[in-house]
This record gives sequence, structure tokens and C-alpha cells, in this order.
Amino acid sequence: MYLSQFLLLAAVLFCIGIYGVLARRNAVLVLMSIELMLNAVNINLVAFGAFRHNVIGQVFALFIIAIAAAEVGVGLAIVLLIYRNRTSIDLDEVDLMKG
Amino acid sequence: MLDNVWLIPLLPAVSFAIILLAGKRLPFKGAESGIVAVGASFVLSVVVAAKWIGEDAPREAIEHSSTWLQSGRVGFGAGTHVDGLTVMMLLVVSFISLMVHVYSTGYMHGDRRYTYFFAALSLFTASMLLLVVSDNSLQFLVGWELVGVCSFMLIGHWWEEKENSDAAVKAFLTTRTGDIGLMIGIITLFFAAKGSFNIAHLNQLALDGDISHRLLLVGGCCLFLGVVGKSAQFPLHTWLPDAMAGPTPVSALIHAATMVVAGVYLVARFYPVFFSAFSIDAGGVNLVSIIGAITIVIAALLAFVQDDVKKVLAYSTVSQLGYMVMALGVGAWSAGIFHLFTHAFFKALLFLCAGSVIHGVHSNNMSEMGGLRKLMPWTFRTFIIGSLALSGVPFLAGFFSKDEILLGAHRNGFPIMLAVGLLGAFMTAAYMTRACYLVFWGEYRGQGHPHESPPSMVVPLQILAGLSVVAGLANTWIVGDRLRFAHWATVPGTEELIQRFGLEHAFSLSDASISVAVALAGIGLSGLYYFRDALKPLRGLTRRSTTARAGYTLLVNKYYLDHLYTDIIVGSIKGPIAQAAYWFDQRVLDGVVNGVGAGARAAGNFTYDVIDQKVVDGFANGAGAGAEESGSILRHIQTGRVQQYAAALFAAAALFAVGLVLITQ
Repeated sequence: MYLSQFLLLAAVLFCIGIYGVLARRNAVLVLMSIELMLNAVNINLVAFGAFRHNVIGQVFALFIIAIAAAEVGVGLAIVLLIYRNRTSIDLDEVDLMKG
Repeated sequence: MLDNVWLIPLLPAVSFAIILLAGKRLPFKGAESGIVAVGASFVLSVVVAAKWIGEDAPREAIEHSSTWLQSGRVGFGAGTHVDGLTVMMLLVVSFISLMVHVYSTGYMHGDRRYTYFFAALSLFTASMLLLVVSDNSLQFLVGWELVGVCSFMLIGHWWEEKENSDAAVKAFLTTRTGDIGLMIGIITLFFAAKGSFNIAHLNQLALDGDISHRLLLVGGCCLFLGVVGKSAQFPLHTWLPDAMAGPTPVSALIHAATMVVAGVYLVARFYPVFFSAFSIDAGGVNLVSIIGAITIVIAALLAFVQDDVKKVLAYSTVSQLGYMVMALGVGAWSAGIFHLFTHAFFKALLFLCAGSVIHGVHSNNMSEMGGLRKLMPWTFRTFIIGSLALSGVPFLAGFFSKDEILLGAHRNGFPIMLAVGLLGAFMTAAYMTRACYLVFWGEYRGQGHPHESPPSMVVPLQILAGLSVVAGLANTWIVGDRLRFAHWATVPGTEELIQRFGLEHAFSLSDASISVAVALAGIGLSGLYYFRDALKPLRGLTRRSTTARAGYTLLVNKYYLDHLYTDIIVGSIKGPIAQAAYWFDQRVLDGVVNGVGAGARAAGNFTYDVIDQKVVDGFANGAGAGAEESGSILRHIQTGRVQQYAAALFAAAALFAVGLVLITQ
């Protein structure tokens, strides 16, 4: 078992996530991409944990899963409100904070 | 009782407080408080006197003092000192004050400031008693100044008339002039006594010759200046006749007991200092006696040209004070204070009589009196007794005391003073005859209907008249050895000094007969002129002779002393000093003020133009402009697009990651 394979998988997943966050215009897809990035990190943590023969990595992964759930809950609520206000979830149109 | 003498001044002081706080609510408007307090003081004084006289000679002075403030080695204390001189003064002051209090209930009846008057009278008495019992010169000074303030209050009692308030101010300022001397003198003698204010201690040092003569001379001269001011000696006597503006009972009090005798008392109290300072034992002349002698003559001359009956008496007082000071100056200590003692009775009597007359005719001027002997019989009788006592007619009070002074001057080798004293006796007799004639004989020249005064006024007159007759006997063999004035009115420790010149002097027939002859001549000549209309050549003399007219004018203008003081001294000081002050004010002070103002303005302008406008505003504006500039640049980054922010975030993270890798390798 090679650690680098897991790390490579995680890096690929993370990059896909970044791409989704930066390129997608649909807010729901951006949230999904963030989930990808978080899970890439989870893979990293679990892999390191297994590699070092302890459970700390899995504990961190569990924390991240919990936080990710909360984050998705808050994020989807925001997206829902934006949609109610604007009948659109296109992120390019949501630029109220433009300086 | 000798240990609790402090009660004597305290009682009138308490009365003062009571009258001030509750006087108007008392049934007799405060008069009863004053009379009771002063009466009690008198009774206590008599008890003290009895104790003192009852002791066997040699008596010891009794001192009690408590320290009020300790500053280093110097204690500022308050205390009492009792000896024969104190006892004598306590008796005189409290008694005369009591008489004046009783008399005032009649004289001041219905006055608008009746209560206030009695309050001031009580304080006046308290201050004088405080002065008399003080054992240190500071307390003495406090009493002295309080007496001055009270006299100011009472002389200006009817202050609505400008003349009266002017007189009060004049009395106060003139005596203050002397008080400066007193204060310096007390300070000088404080150092002379090696840091002690105690009078007995100072006297002892002066007696023992432990103080250098020069220091004593300076201190003595300064103290004597205070005496000249307070006791109305030449040349500061001018306030006393003006002080007649006050109510007559006040005049009586000032002249007989409380104010002017304070100066004489001071000389008597500090006698060893004066004795050594002015070398009184040398005979001839000295400052104290010469001032006294000048005062006798000039005041007696002035008494001849006065129309105001009170002013005649005022000048008479000045003259008699001259006798007292001269007596002390010639070394006749006992005679001097004995004259103070007898003079208090007959001068209080004369003033209260004058008050009674004024009360009856409502005028001070003798030109509006005349023929009152039938209308005011008791006033007439008592006034005549007072006049005879003052003139030195045998066996009345003034005869004994004045005779002792003349005898003292004779025995101690002061021939000039003897001559002046005899001249004074002659003039005293003559001007009193004139005053008696103008008031009581001839036709009544005023308006209204004179009437005898109420009993509250007449009874004090009768009492004082009685004492004026017998007071002189207090220093003769009649009263016995123990009661004899010269035997108990002494200052322990200085007996040697005050009795150096035969205090025990027997009655000298030759000297007495000369002074009696002189007095009778005065009465006779004056009587011939007024009563018999004789001495025709003298009539109209001032119209015919230029010399006589010049003399008369000089007297009417009081030797131009008032002009000298107000016009020349005050005026010359006022003019140049005022101008100099004005110049100084305009040039220097205004220059400083304006300079400060201009400087402040220039500094203000500089601050405004340079610091405020350029620096501070520059910072503020610069900060604003910088913020705006940077904001307008940075606003382009702020697109509001979340994904751009995220891109920047990731780019930065990637850069940091690359940097981390590069560094760790």
C-alpha cells in the first residue's frame, strides 16, 4: 500500500473541487465542489492516520464531516434565500458587495 | 479671684455676643445685658483690688498664661498679669464703663441703633479690659487694635452724616499711623527680649541692663509713636477733637477710660523700657516729657477758641493726657497714673454733663446755650464740681494729682516741664471758667426749652461728682497707709524704679501753693473777663491787633495741622505718587498687559496659520485623501464576486505553498 496513491487521489479530488468552486456559476454546484475539496482533505487525513497507525486522522475526518454537514446546511439556506429574492442562483449576478 | 482675672474681660465680650445675637429680642433691647456684664466685671474688679490691697507688701505679680501656638522655641500665648497697675486700670475702666452704660440708657433712648450701640460699648469695654490684663505684648496689641476698631464703630455711630463717618475714619487712620510704630516696636522688643513677648520678662531685662541701649531706644521710640497716636499727643492729636462726632457717652468712655488712656497705660506698663531708652533719670529734657509738655500747651490754647462744648472738653483731655505723658517722662510714674485715675472721674463727669446739656438744648454749640444753671440744676452743680476738679482747686481730685506731677517735675530736675505744667494749669483753669460761663450763665441763647435730664443720666453724674471730690484723697494719709494709692498701685519688680524719685513725697506746701495760686489766677482772670465784664482792653483785641488776630486765626485753624496732614502730606503724597502710579500703570503695567496680549495673539496666529492649518489639517486631509486614493484603487479588487475572492484565496495559498516548499528545502 502506497501512501502516495491516496495523496494523489486526494489531490485530484481537491483540484476538481477547486475547479468547480471557481468555474461553476450555479451556487448549488459550488457547494457540492466545496464538499469535494473537504472530502479530499478527509482522504488525506485518514491516509496519514493509517500510515502512522493511529486514529487521530480518522477523528479529524469525523470532525470535518460534521462541520461539512453544518456548512452545507447554512450554505443551502443562503442559496435558498438568494433564490427567493432573485429567482436565480447564478453567482455572477450576486455582486451586491461590489466596491 | 486673682487667678481668674480672665473673667473680667470675658464677661463684656460675652455680653457683646448676646446683644449681637439676641439683643433686639431682649426686653430692654440689649442694654440690660451690657449693664449686668460690665457691672459684674466691676464687682470682680473690686474683689481683685481688695485681694491685691489686702496682701502684705512686697506683693508678687500674678501671671497666668497658656500657650496658644508653639512655633519652634517661640510661644504665642494668651494670659493675664495682675499687679497694682492692672488693678487700678481694671477699677477705672469697669467703673467708668458701668456709669456710661447706665447713662446711655437715657441718652441714647429711642436711637435707631440702640442695640448696636450697646453691643459696641460692651466690646469696647471688653477690648480695653483685655488690653489691661494682658501679660504679653501680642495680646496687648490685639486689645489695642480692638479698642481702635470699637472707637471707629462708635465715633461713626451716626454715620448717615458724612462729617461723622469722616471723623471715624480720621480717628481710625490717625491712630493706625501710630499703631505701625507700636507694631514695629513690639517686634523690635521681641528680639530684644531674646524671643519672648512676655512684658514682665522684657521689663526685667531692661531693668537689669541686659538689652543694648540702642535697641531699647529704637523699640522705645516705636512704642512711643503708638502712644502718640492713641493718646492723642502732639502731633497726632488731631483726631480726638473730631471724635466728638460720636454720641457723648462714647466721648466720655473714650476720654476717660477706654481709648486714650491706653497709650498712657502702655508707657506705664513698659516703663523700664522707656526709662532706660530715654534716660529719664538724667533729668533735663527727653522725648516723652517734651511731647507731653508741647501737648499740654497747644491743646490748652486751642480749648479757648472752641464753640462746641465737647471740643473744649476734648482739647482739655488732650492737654491732660499731655500731663500724664509728661509725668511719666519726668519719672513721676505714680503721679502720672494717679492723674489718669482722678482724671477718669472728672473727665467722664464733664463729658456726661455736656451730654446732659446737649440732650437738653439739642445743640453742641455754647453760643446756643447760656443761663442753664436754673434750668438744669443738677447738671450745673456736677459740671461745676468737675470743672473745679479739673482746674486743680484744692482738695478736689485734680488738685492732688496735678500737684504731684508738678512736684515730680520739680524734684526730678525738669524745670522746663515744671514751668509748662504751671502754664497749663493756669490755662486749664481759665478755659474751664470760660466754658462754665458760656454754658450756665448769661442769657439763654438757643431755641427750645431746656429741661433737666432723666434720672438714668443724672444719677451717674452725681456718683461721678462725688468721686471727683474724693478721688484725690486716695493718695493722702487720710485713707491710711494700706489704702494709699502709691502703696498699692505698683508694679512688683520695678518699685525701685517707679519709686526712685520719692514717690512717698510728702505734700509740699510751697509747690502746692504755687499751683493753687496759678489755678486761682486763671479762674480769676477768666472770671473777671466774662463775669464782671472787666479787662476792657482785651475786648475786641482780635479786631484791633494784627498779632492777636493772626494768633486767633492760627488757633481757629488748629495750627494748620489738619491742613498739613490732609493737604500737604497726604496731598503731596497723593499727587506725585498717584501720577507715578498712573504712569507706571499706563506704561509698565499696560505695556506688560498689552505685550502679553500681542504676544499671545502672534502666537495664536502662528499656531493657526502654521501648526493648525498646515500641519494638523495637512495630516487630517492627507489621511483622508490617502484613504480615498487607496480606496479608489482597491475598490477594483472588490468585485463582489465570491468566485474571484476564492480564486485569489487559492492563488495566495498556492503561492505560500510554493514558498514553503522552497524555504524548507
